Amino acid sequence: MGGITPTLFLDMGLLAMLVVVAMAVVRLRSLFAIVMLQGVYSLLSAAWFVSLDAVDVAFTEAAVGAGISTVLMLGAMLLTEREAKPVPLQKQLGPLFVVCIVGLAMFYAVGDMPAFGDALSPANSYVGADYIAATKNEIILPNVVTAVLASYRSFDTFGEVVVVYMAGLGILLLLGLNGNAGKWRAKPNGQNVGDKKGEQS
Amino acid sequence: MSNQNSQSPHIILRVVSKILIPLIALFALYVHFHGDYGPGGGFQAGVIFASAIILYALIFGLEEAKRAVPPSWVRICMSLGVLVYGGTGVATWILGGEFLNFTSFAPDSTHAAGQHWGILAVELGVLFAVTGAMVAIFYAFGSREPDLKDEDW
Amino acid sequence: MAAFFEHFNFVVVIVLMMTGLFVVFATQNMIKKLVGLSVFQTSVFLLYISLSKVSGAQPPIIAKKDLYGASYGTGGGYDSASSSVPDSTYQAAEVLYSNPLPHVLILTAIVVGVATLAIGLALVVRVREVYGTIEDDEINKIDYNINLEGVAK
Repeated sequence: MGGITPTLFLDMGLLAMLVVVAMAVVRLRSLFAIVMLQGVYSLLSAAWFVSLDAVDVAFTEAAVGAGISTVLMLGAMLLTEREAKPVPLQKQLGPLFVVCIVGLAMFYAVGDMPAFGDALSPANSYVGADYIAATKNEIILPNVVTAVLASYRSFDTFGEVVVVYMAGLGILLLLGLNGNAGKWRAKPNGQNVGDKKGEQS
Repeated sequence: MSNQNSQSPHIILRVVSKILIPLIALFALYVHFHGDYGPGGGFQAGVIFASAIILYALIFGLEEAKRAVPPSWVRICMSLGVLVYGGTGVATWILGGEFLNFTSFAPDSTHAAGQHWGILAVELGVLFAVTGAMVAIFYAFGSREPDLKDEDW
Repeated sequence: MAAFFEHFNFVVVIVLMMTGLFVVFATQNMIKKLVGLSVFQTSVFLLYISLSKVSGAQPPIIAKKDLYGASYGTGGGYDSASSSVPDSTYQAAEVLYSNPLPHVLILTAIVVGVATLAIGLALVVRVREVYGTIEDDEINKIDYNINLEGVAK
Protein backbone atom coordinates (compact mmCIF):
# COMPACT_ATOMS: atom_id res chain seq x y z
CA MET A 1 0.00 0.00 0.00
CA GLY A 2 1.64 3.18 -1.14
CA GLY A 3 5.15 1.78 -1.21
CA ILE A 4 8.04 3.40 0.64
CA THR A 5 7.17 6.94 1.62
CA PRO A 6 8.65 9.49 4.08
CA THR A 7 5.84 8.63 6.49
CA LEU A 8 7.03 5.04 6.50
CA PHE A 9 10.46 6.17 7.64
CA LEU A 10 8.85 8.26 10.37
CA ASP A 11 6.83 5.24 11.50
CA MET A 12 9.93 3.05 11.43
CA GLY A 13 11.92 5.59 13.43
CA LEU A 14 9.24 5.92 16.10
CA LEU A 15 8.83 2.15 16.34
CA ALA A 16 12.60 1.67 16.62
CA MET A 17 12.67 4.14 19.51
CA LEU A 18 9.77 2.28 21.15
CA VAL A 19 11.68 -1.00 20.91
CA VAL A 20 14.81 0.61 22.40
CA VAL A 21 12.82 2.05 25.31
CA ALA A 22 11.07 -1.27 25.95
CA MET A 23 14.41 -3.12 25.98
CA ALA A 24 15.81 -0.52 28.38
CA VAL A 25 12.88 -1.19 30.71
CA VAL A 26 13.85 -4.87 30.74
CA ARG A 27 17.51 -4.15 31.46
CA LEU A 28 17.26 -1.39 34.07
CA ARG A 29 16.88 -1.90 37.80
CA SER A 30 16.45 1.67 39.09
CA LEU A 31 12.71 2.07 39.55
CA PHE A 32 12.89 5.82 38.97
CA ALA A 33 14.47 5.29 35.55
CA ILE A 34 11.94 2.56 34.71
CA VAL A 35 9.00 4.77 35.60
CA MET A 36 10.35 7.68 33.59
CA LEU A 37 10.98 5.37 30.62
CA GLN A 38 7.39 4.22 30.86
CA GLY A 39 6.39 7.88 30.43
CA VAL A 40 8.73 8.17 27.45
CA TYR A 41 7.19 5.02 25.99
CA SER A 42 3.70 6.50 26.30
CA LEU A 43 4.81 9.77 24.73
CA LEU A 44 6.46 8.00 21.80
CA SER A 45 3.37 5.90 21.21
CA ALA A 46 1.30 9.10 21.32
CA ALA A 47 3.54 10.49 18.58
CA TRP A 48 2.91 7.38 16.52
CA PHE A 49 -0.83 7.68 17.10
CA VAL A 50 -0.72 11.12 15.47
CA SER A 51 1.03 9.57 12.48
CA LEU A 52 -1.74 6.93 12.39
CA ASP A 53 -4.46 9.65 12.23
CA ALA A 54 -5.73 8.85 15.73
CA VAL A 55 -5.54 12.39 17.09
CA ASP A 56 -7.99 11.84 19.93
CA VAL A 57 -6.16 8.75 21.11
CA ALA A 58 -2.82 10.54 20.88
CA PHE A 59 -4.17 13.37 22.99
CA THR A 60 -5.46 10.97 25.64
CA GLU A 61 -2.31 8.87 25.66
CA ALA A 62 -0.10 11.94 26.04
CA ALA A 63 -2.23 13.30 28.89
CA VAL A 64 -2.95 10.02 30.68
CA GLY A 65 -0.07 7.71 29.86
CA ALA A 66 2.76 10.20 29.93
CA GLY A 67 1.24 12.56 32.49
CA ILE A 68 -1.01 11.09 35.15
CA SER A 69 0.23 7.51 35.24
CA THR A 70 3.87 8.64 35.54
CA VAL A 71 2.93 10.86 38.48
CA LEU A 72 1.00 8.01 40.11
CA MET A 73 3.87 5.57 39.62
CA LEU A 74 6.33 8.07 41.10
CA GLY A 75 3.99 8.57 44.04
CA ALA A 76 3.74 4.83 44.61
CA MET A 77 7.49 4.41 44.20
CA LEU A 78 8.09 7.05 46.86
CA LEU A 79 6.01 4.93 49.24
CA THR A 80 7.79 1.68 48.42
CA GLU A 81 11.29 1.17 47.07
CA ARG A 82 13.86 2.76 44.79
CA GLU A 83 15.61 -0.26 43.33
CA ALA A 84 14.46 -3.57 41.96
CA LYS A 85 16.44 -6.57 43.11
CA PRO A 86 18.30 -8.41 40.35
CA VAL A 87 16.69 -11.63 39.18
CA PRO A 88 19.02 -14.61 38.73
CA LEU A 89 19.48 -15.73 35.15
CA GLN A 90 18.07 -19.22 35.59
CA LYS A 91 14.82 -17.68 36.82
CA GLN A 92 14.59 -15.65 33.62
CA LEU A 93 14.93 -18.59 31.26
CA GLY A 94 11.44 -19.97 31.88
CA PRO A 95 9.67 -16.66 31.16
CA LEU A 96 11.91 -16.16 28.11
CA PHE A 97 10.87 -19.57 26.78
CA VAL A 98 7.16 -18.84 27.30
CA VAL A 99 7.47 -15.40 25.71
CA CYS A 100 9.30 -16.84 22.69
CA ILE A 101 6.60 -19.48 22.17
CA VAL A 102 3.79 -16.91 22.40
CA GLY A 103 5.67 -14.53 20.12
CA LEU A 104 6.28 -17.23 17.52
CA ALA A 105 2.60 -18.17 17.60
CA MET A 106 1.70 -14.56 16.94
CA PHE A 107 4.31 -14.18 14.18
CA TYR A 108 2.76 -17.23 12.53
CA ALA A 109 -0.54 -15.32 12.35
CA VAL A 110 0.97 -12.11 10.94
CA GLY A 111 0.76 -13.35 7.33
CA ASP A 112 -3.03 -13.52 7.57
CA MET A 113 -3.40 -9.96 8.80
CA PRO A 114 -4.42 -7.16 6.40
CA ALA A 115 -1.65 -4.97 5.02
CA PHE A 116 -0.81 -1.74 6.84
CA GLY A 117 -3.07 1.08 5.64
CA ASP A 118 -5.44 -1.18 3.72
CA ALA A 119 -8.69 0.73 3.23
CA LEU A 120 -10.61 -2.45 2.34
CA SER A 121 -9.52 -4.59 5.29
CA PRO A 122 -12.39 -6.18 7.26
CA ALA A 123 -11.74 -3.91 10.24
CA ASN A 124 -12.16 -0.78 8.12
CA SER A 125 -14.98 -1.89 5.87
CA TYR A 126 -18.19 -2.36 7.80
CA VAL A 127 -19.02 -0.60 11.04
CA GLY A 128 -16.32 2.06 10.94
CA ALA A 129 -17.34 3.29 7.50
CA ASP A 130 -20.99 3.17 8.53
CA TYR A 131 -20.30 5.35 11.56
CA ILE A 132 -18.66 8.02 9.39
CA ALA A 133 -21.55 7.99 6.92
CA ALA A 134 -24.21 8.03 9.64
CA THR A 135 -22.54 10.80 11.66
CA LYS A 136 -22.85 13.16 8.69
CA ASN A 137 -26.63 12.74 8.69
CA GLU A 138 -27.66 11.81 12.23
CA ILE A 139 -25.31 13.60 14.62
CA ILE A 140 -23.95 16.39 12.37
CA LEU A 141 -20.76 16.83 14.36
CA PRO A 142 -17.33 17.14 12.75
CA ASN A 143 -15.54 14.86 15.22
CA VAL A 144 -16.70 11.32 14.51
CA VAL A 145 -14.83 9.93 17.50
CA THR A 146 -16.80 12.14 19.90
CA ALA A 147 -20.04 11.28 18.12
CA VAL A 148 -19.42 7.54 18.38
CA LEU A 149 -18.06 7.77 21.92
CA ALA A 150 -20.85 9.86 23.40
CA SER A 151 -23.86 8.99 21.28
CA TYR A 152 -23.64 5.70 19.40
CA ARG A 153 -21.66 3.89 22.08
CA SER A 154 -23.01 5.86 25.01
CA PHE A 155 -23.68 2.74 27.08
CA ASP A 156 -20.07 1.72 26.67
CA THR A 157 -18.85 5.09 27.86
CA PHE A 158 -21.29 5.04 30.77
CA GLY A 159 -19.88 1.73 31.92
CA GLU A 160 -16.42 3.13 31.55
CA VAL A 161 -17.17 6.23 33.63
CA VAL A 162 -18.46 3.88 36.30
CA VAL A 163 -15.19 1.92 36.07
CA VAL A 164 -13.18 5.10 36.62
CA TYR A 165 -15.46 5.98 39.54
CA MET A 166 -15.05 2.52 41.05
CA ALA A 167 -11.28 2.79 40.69
CA GLY A 168 -11.35 6.08 42.59
CA LEU A 169 -13.57 4.47 45.22
CA GLY A 170 -11.26 1.48 45.49
CA ILE A 171 -8.27 3.74 46.03
CA LEU A 172 -10.16 5.62 48.74
CA LEU A 173 -10.91 2.32 50.47
CA LEU A 174 -7.32 1.09 50.16
CA LEU A 175 -5.43 4.27 51.01
CA GLY A 176 -7.95 6.96 52.01
CA LEU A 177 -8.16 10.55 50.81
CA ASN A 178 -6.02 11.73 53.72
CA GLY A 179 -3.76 8.72 53.72
CA ASN A 180 -5.35 7.26 56.83
CA ALA A 181 -7.33 4.27 55.58
CA GLY A 182 -6.36 0.71 56.37
CA LYS A 183 -4.01 1.40 59.26
CA TRP A 184 -4.64 -2.10 60.60
CA ARG A 185 -1.95 -4.69 60.01
CA ALA A 186 -2.41 -8.32 59.19
CA LYS A 187 -1.40 -10.39 62.23
CA PRO A 188 -1.62 -14.11 61.64
CA ASN A 189 -0.51 -16.00 64.79
CA GLY A 190 -0.54 -12.66 66.61
CA GLN A 191 2.59 -11.54 64.83
CA ASN A 192 3.16 -8.74 62.35
CA VAL A 193 3.78 -10.19 58.93
CA GLY A 194 6.69 -7.96 57.97
CA ASP A 195 8.58 -8.22 61.28
CA LYS A 196 11.31 -10.64 62.23
CA LYS A 197 10.38 -13.57 64.45
CA GLY A 198 9.76 -12.65 68.06
CA GLU A 199 9.48 -8.88 67.51
CA GLN A 200 5.90 -8.28 68.51
CA SER A 201 4.59 -4.77 68.18
CA MET B 1 5.05 16.64 47.85
CA SER B 2 6.41 18.09 51.07
CA ASN B 3 5.34 21.43 52.45
CA GLN B 4 7.62 24.25 51.47
CA ASN B 5 7.99 27.59 53.18
CA SER B 6 8.33 30.93 51.44
CA GLN B 7 12.13 30.68 51.50
CA SER B 8 12.06 27.67 49.24
CA PRO B 9 14.57 27.58 46.39
CA HIS B 10 11.85 26.82 43.86
CA ILE B 11 10.93 30.46 43.31
CA ILE B 12 11.03 30.21 39.51
CA LEU B 13 8.82 27.13 39.58
CA ARG B 14 6.37 28.89 41.87
CA VAL B 15 6.14 32.05 39.76
CA VAL B 16 5.87 30.18 36.46
CA SER B 17 3.32 27.69 37.75
CA LYS B 18 1.20 30.54 39.13
CA ILE B 19 0.86 31.81 35.58
CA LEU B 20 0.51 28.36 34.04
CA ILE B 21 -2.11 26.77 36.30
CA PRO B 22 -5.02 29.04 35.25
CA LEU B 23 -4.02 28.59 31.64
CA ILE B 24 -3.97 24.80 32.03
CA ALA B 25 -7.43 24.90 33.60
CA LEU B 26 -8.67 27.15 30.79
CA PHE B 27 -7.16 24.84 28.20
CA ALA B 28 -9.00 21.93 29.82
CA LEU B 29 -12.28 23.78 29.37
CA TYR B 30 -11.36 24.58 25.76
CA VAL B 31 -10.59 20.91 25.11
CA HIS B 32 -13.90 19.94 26.66
CA PHE B 33 -16.14 22.35 24.79
CA HIS B 34 -14.21 22.06 21.55
CA GLY B 35 -14.35 18.28 21.69
CA ASP B 36 -17.26 18.22 19.25
CA TYR B 37 -15.23 19.96 16.57
CA GLY B 38 -11.68 18.77 17.02
CA PRO B 39 -9.66 16.31 19.06
CA GLY B 40 -10.68 16.39 22.68
CA GLY B 41 -13.59 15.64 24.93
CA GLY B 42 -14.45 14.89 28.50
CA PHE B 43 -11.70 12.35 29.19
CA GLN B 44 -8.85 14.52 27.98
CA ALA B 45 -10.30 17.63 29.60
CA GLY B 46 -10.76 15.84 32.91
CA VAL B 47 -7.20 14.59 32.93
CA ILE B 48 -5.81 18.03 32.00
CA PHE B 49 -7.90 19.69 34.71
CA ALA B 50 -6.68 17.14 37.24
CA SER B 51 -3.09 17.75 36.13
CA ALA B 52 -3.53 21.48 36.87
CA ILE B 53 -4.50 20.60 40.45
CA ILE B 54 -1.67 18.06 40.68
CA LEU B 55 0.83 20.66 39.49
CA TYR B 56 -0.43 23.01 42.20
CA ALA B 57 0.01 20.28 44.79
CA LEU B 58 3.52 19.44 43.58
CA ILE B 59 4.72 23.05 43.66
CA PHE B 60 2.91 24.46 46.70
CA GLY B 61 2.53 21.32 48.78
CA LEU B 62 -0.34 18.93 49.30
CA GLU B 63 -1.78 20.81 52.27
CA GLU B 64 -2.18 23.99 50.21
CA ALA B 65 -3.80 22.01 47.41
CA LYS B 66 -6.20 20.43 49.90
CA ARG B 67 -7.18 23.91 51.09
CA ALA B 68 -7.80 25.03 47.49
CA VAL B 69 -9.63 21.84 46.44
CA PRO B 70 -10.90 20.11 49.58
CA PRO B 71 -11.03 16.29 49.50
CA SER B 72 -14.77 16.38 50.17
CA TRP B 73 -15.28 18.33 46.93
CA VAL B 74 -13.24 15.74 45.10
CA ARG B 75 -15.44 12.95 46.42
CA ILE B 76 -18.60 14.83 45.48
CA CYS B 77 -17.19 15.70 42.03
CA MET B 78 -16.44 12.05 41.36
CA SER B 79 -19.95 10.91 42.23
CA LEU B 80 -21.55 13.89 40.50
CA GLY B 81 -19.97 12.88 37.21
CA VAL B 82 -21.57 9.44 37.28
CA LEU B 83 -24.86 11.01 38.38
CA VAL B 84 -24.82 13.56 35.53
CA TYR B 85 -24.13 10.80 33.02
CA GLY B 86 -26.81 8.51 34.39
CA GLY B 87 -29.17 11.46 34.87
CA THR B 88 -28.90 12.31 31.19
CA GLY B 89 -30.07 8.79 30.43
CA VAL B 90 -32.94 9.09 32.89
CA ALA B 91 -33.89 12.45 31.37
CA THR B 92 -34.19 10.85 27.95
CA TRP B 93 -36.41 8.21 29.54
CA ILE B 94 -38.65 10.88 31.04
CA LEU B 95 -38.87 12.65 27.67
CA GLY B 96 -40.13 9.45 26.14
CA GLY B 97 -37.07 8.07 24.40
CA GLU B 98 -34.79 5.14 25.04
CA PHE B 99 -32.02 5.30 27.64
CA LEU B 100 -29.32 7.69 26.36
CA ASN B 101 -31.07 8.31 23.05
CA PHE B 102 -30.40 12.03 22.83
CA THR B 103 -32.74 12.71 19.92
CA SER B 104 -35.62 12.98 22.40
CA PHE B 105 -34.14 16.23 23.75
CA ALA B 106 -35.11 17.99 20.52
CA PRO B 107 -37.08 15.58 18.33
CA ASP B 108 -38.08 18.19 15.75
CA SER B 109 -34.63 19.67 15.19
CA THR B 110 -33.31 19.50 11.64
CA HIS B 111 -29.65 19.83 12.63
CA ALA B 112 -29.65 17.22 15.42
CA ALA B 113 -29.67 19.74 18.26
CA GLY B 114 -30.82 17.08 20.71
CA GLN B 115 -27.74 14.98 19.95
CA HIS B 116 -25.50 18.02 20.50
CA TRP B 117 -27.09 18.81 23.88
CA GLY B 118 -26.94 15.19 24.94
CA ILE B 119 -23.29 14.80 23.96
CA LEU B 120 -22.38 17.97 25.85
CA ALA B 121 -24.22 16.79 28.98
CA VAL B 122 -22.69 13.34 28.85
CA GLU B 123 -19.20 14.71 28.30
CA LEU B 124 -19.73 17.03 31.27
CA GLY B 125 -20.42 13.96 33.38
CA VAL B 126 -17.25 12.35 32.07
CA LEU B 127 -15.29 15.52 32.87
CA PHE B 128 -16.50 15.57 36.48
CA ALA B 129 -15.95 11.87 37.05
CA VAL B 130 -12.46 11.76 35.54
CA THR B 131 -11.28 14.95 37.26
CA GLY B 132 -12.62 13.77 40.60
CA ALA B 133 -11.19 10.27 40.30
CA MET B 134 -7.74 11.41 39.17
CA VAL B 135 -7.41 14.05 41.90
CA ALA B 136 -8.71 11.59 44.49
CA ILE B 137 -6.13 9.00 43.42
CA PHE B 138 -3.37 11.59 43.59
CA TYR B 139 -4.47 12.80 47.02
CA ALA B 140 -4.57 9.23 48.28
CA PHE B 141 -1.02 8.46 47.12
CA GLY B 142 0.32 11.87 48.11
CA SER B 143 -0.96 11.90 51.68
CA ARG B 144 0.31 8.43 52.54
CA GLU B 145 3.27 8.68 54.89
CA PRO B 146 6.40 7.27 53.22
CA ASP B 147 8.60 5.18 55.50
CA LEU B 148 11.67 5.96 53.43
CA LYS B 149 13.16 9.39 54.01
CA ASP B 150 14.13 11.68 51.16
CA GLU B 151 17.78 11.35 52.19
CA ASP B 152 17.74 7.65 51.32
CA TRP B 153 17.60 8.42 47.61
CA MET C 1 10.74 -7.70 1.79
CA ALA C 2 7.53 -6.21 0.45
CA ALA C 3 5.65 -8.47 2.83
CA PHE C 4 7.61 -6.96 5.70
CA PHE C 5 6.72 -3.41 4.67
CA GLU C 6 3.06 -4.37 4.50
CA HIS C 7 3.14 -5.92 7.96
CA PHE C 8 5.90 -4.04 9.76
CA ASN C 9 3.43 -2.65 12.31
CA PHE C 10 2.40 -6.15 13.43
CA VAL C 11 6.00 -7.38 13.60
CA VAL C 12 7.18 -4.51 15.78
CA VAL C 13 4.08 -4.49 17.94
CA ILE C 14 4.48 -8.21 18.65
CA VAL C 15 8.09 -7.59 19.70
CA LEU C 16 6.92 -4.79 22.02
CA MET C 17 4.13 -6.92 23.46
CA MET C 18 6.48 -9.79 24.17
CA THR C 19 8.92 -7.39 25.84
CA GLY C 20 6.17 -6.20 28.14
CA LEU C 21 5.06 -9.75 28.83
CA PHE C 22 8.62 -10.78 29.64
CA VAL C 23 8.91 -7.95 32.19
CA VAL C 24 5.65 -9.09 33.80
CA PHE C 25 6.80 -12.73 33.98
CA ALA C 26 10.47 -12.41 34.79
CA THR C 27 10.77 -9.63 37.37
CA GLN C 28 10.07 -10.01 41.05
CA ASN C 29 9.59 -6.31 41.76
CA MET C 30 5.90 -5.41 41.73
CA ILE C 31 6.30 -1.85 40.48
CA LYS C 32 8.44 -3.06 37.60
CA LYS C 33 5.81 -5.70 36.91
CA LEU C 34 3.19 -2.95 36.65
CA VAL C 35 5.42 -0.96 34.29
CA GLY C 36 5.74 -4.09 32.15
CA LEU C 37 1.99 -4.49 32.22
CA SER C 38 1.51 -0.93 31.03
CA VAL C 39 4.10 -1.42 28.26
CA PHE C 40 2.14 -4.51 27.18
CA GLN C 41 -1.11 -2.55 27.33
CA THR C 42 0.23 0.35 25.28
CA SER C 43 1.46 -2.14 22.68
CA VAL C 44 -2.06 -3.54 22.37
CA PHE C 45 -3.29 0.01 21.81
CA LEU C 46 -0.69 0.39 19.07
CA LEU C 47 -1.94 -2.83 17.44
CA TYR C 48 -5.55 -1.65 17.39
CA ILE C 49 -4.79 1.84 16.14
CA SER C 50 -2.44 0.59 13.42
CA LEU C 51 -5.30 -1.60 12.17
CA SER C 52 -7.52 1.45 11.78
CA LYS C 53 -5.03 3.37 9.62
CA VAL C 54 -6.07 3.94 6.01
CA SER C 55 -3.32 5.05 3.63
CA GLY C 56 -3.73 8.61 2.43
CA ALA C 57 -6.67 9.20 4.77
CA GLN C 58 -7.38 12.04 7.16
CA PRO C 59 -8.13 11.90 10.87
CA PRO C 60 -11.82 11.14 11.40
CA ILE C 61 -12.86 14.77 11.72
CA ILE C 62 -15.31 15.46 8.93
CA ALA C 63 -14.60 18.38 6.60
CA LYS C 64 -16.99 21.29 6.77
CA LYS C 65 -18.20 20.93 3.19
CA ASP C 66 -18.93 17.25 3.75
CA LEU C 67 -20.92 17.95 6.85
CA TYR C 68 -23.05 20.98 6.13
CA GLY C 69 -23.02 21.02 2.32
CA ALA C 70 -21.06 23.36 0.07
CA SER C 71 -23.37 26.30 0.66
CA TYR C 72 -22.97 26.40 4.43
CA GLY C 73 -20.94 29.18 6.06
CA THR C 74 -18.78 30.22 3.13
CA GLY C 75 -17.76 33.39 4.96
CA GLY C 76 -15.51 32.15 7.74
CA GLY C 77 -16.96 29.25 9.69
CA TYR C 78 -15.47 28.07 12.95
CA ASP C 79 -12.91 25.79 11.36
CA SER C 80 -12.02 27.60 8.15
CA ALA C 81 -8.80 28.95 9.64
CA SER C 82 -7.70 25.67 11.23
CA SER C 83 -8.04 23.65 8.03
CA SER C 84 -4.76 23.57 6.17
CA VAL C 85 -6.21 21.88 3.10
CA PRO C 86 -7.69 24.29 0.55
CA ASP C 87 -11.44 24.02 0.16
CA SER C 88 -11.19 23.04 -3.50
CA THR C 89 -9.76 19.62 -2.60
CA TYR C 90 -12.96 18.74 -0.76
CA GLN C 91 -15.04 19.40 -3.82
CA ALA C 92 -12.64 17.63 -6.18
CA ALA C 93 -12.73 14.20 -4.57
CA GLU C 94 -14.35 12.38 -1.72
CA VAL C 95 -12.20 12.61 1.40
CA LEU C 96 -10.98 9.37 2.96
CA TYR C 97 -11.12 9.07 6.73
CA SER C 98 -9.41 6.61 9.01
CA ASN C 99 -11.63 4.16 10.84
CA PRO C 100 -12.96 5.89 14.00
CA LEU C 101 -14.20 2.78 15.80
CA PRO C 102 -10.83 1.47 17.12
CA HIS C 103 -10.05 5.05 18.20
CA VAL C 104 -13.15 5.07 20.38
CA LEU C 105 -12.39 1.65 21.86
CA ILE C 106 -8.81 2.58 22.67
CA LEU C 107 -9.73 6.01 24.00
CA THR C 108 -11.86 4.37 26.65
CA ALA C 109 -9.30 1.62 27.22
CA ILE C 110 -6.56 4.14 28.01
CA VAL C 111 -8.57 5.80 30.77
CA VAL C 112 -9.68 2.46 32.20
CA GLY C 113 -6.03 1.38 31.98
CA VAL C 114 -4.84 4.22 34.18
CA ALA C 115 -7.67 3.52 36.64
CA THR C 116 -6.69 -0.14 36.99
CA LEU C 117 -3.01 0.84 37.17
CA ALA C 118 -3.83 3.12 40.10
CA ILE C 119 -5.63 0.27 41.87
CA GLY C 120 -2.63 -1.97 41.30
CA LEU C 121 -0.26 0.65 42.69
CA ALA C 122 -2.45 1.14 45.75
CA LEU C 123 -2.36 -2.62 46.38
CA VAL C 124 1.44 -2.56 46.03
CA VAL C 125 1.65 0.28 48.56
CA ARG C 126 -0.48 -1.70 51.03
CA VAL C 127 1.59 -4.84 50.46
CA ARG C 128 4.73 -2.88 51.17
CA GLU C 129 3.21 -1.51 54.39
CA VAL C 130 2.30 -4.97 55.63
CA TYR C 131 5.24 -7.06 54.39
CA GLY C 132 7.99 -4.44 54.26
CA THR C 133 9.00 -5.53 50.76
CA ILE C 134 7.60 -5.56 47.25
CA GLU C 135 9.71 -8.41 45.91
CA ASP C 136 7.66 -11.45 45.00
CA ASP C 137 10.04 -14.13 46.28
CA GLU C 138 10.52 -12.43 49.67
CA ILE C 139 6.77 -12.15 50.16
CA ASN C 140 6.43 -15.85 49.34
CA LYS C 141 9.15 -16.65 51.89
CA ILE C 142 7.44 -14.61 54.61
CA ASP C 143 4.11 -16.29 53.87
CA TYR C 144 5.78 -19.70 53.97
CA ASN C 145 7.42 -19.04 57.34
CA ILE C 146 4.18 -17.76 58.85
CA ASN C 147 2.36 -20.84 57.68
CA LEU C 148 5.03 -23.07 59.23
CA GLU C 149 4.77 -21.30 62.56
CA GLY C 150 1.01 -21.57 62.43
CA VAL C 151 1.41 -25.34 62.23
CA ALA C 152 3.92 -25.40 65.10
CA LYS C 153 1.61 -23.52 67.42
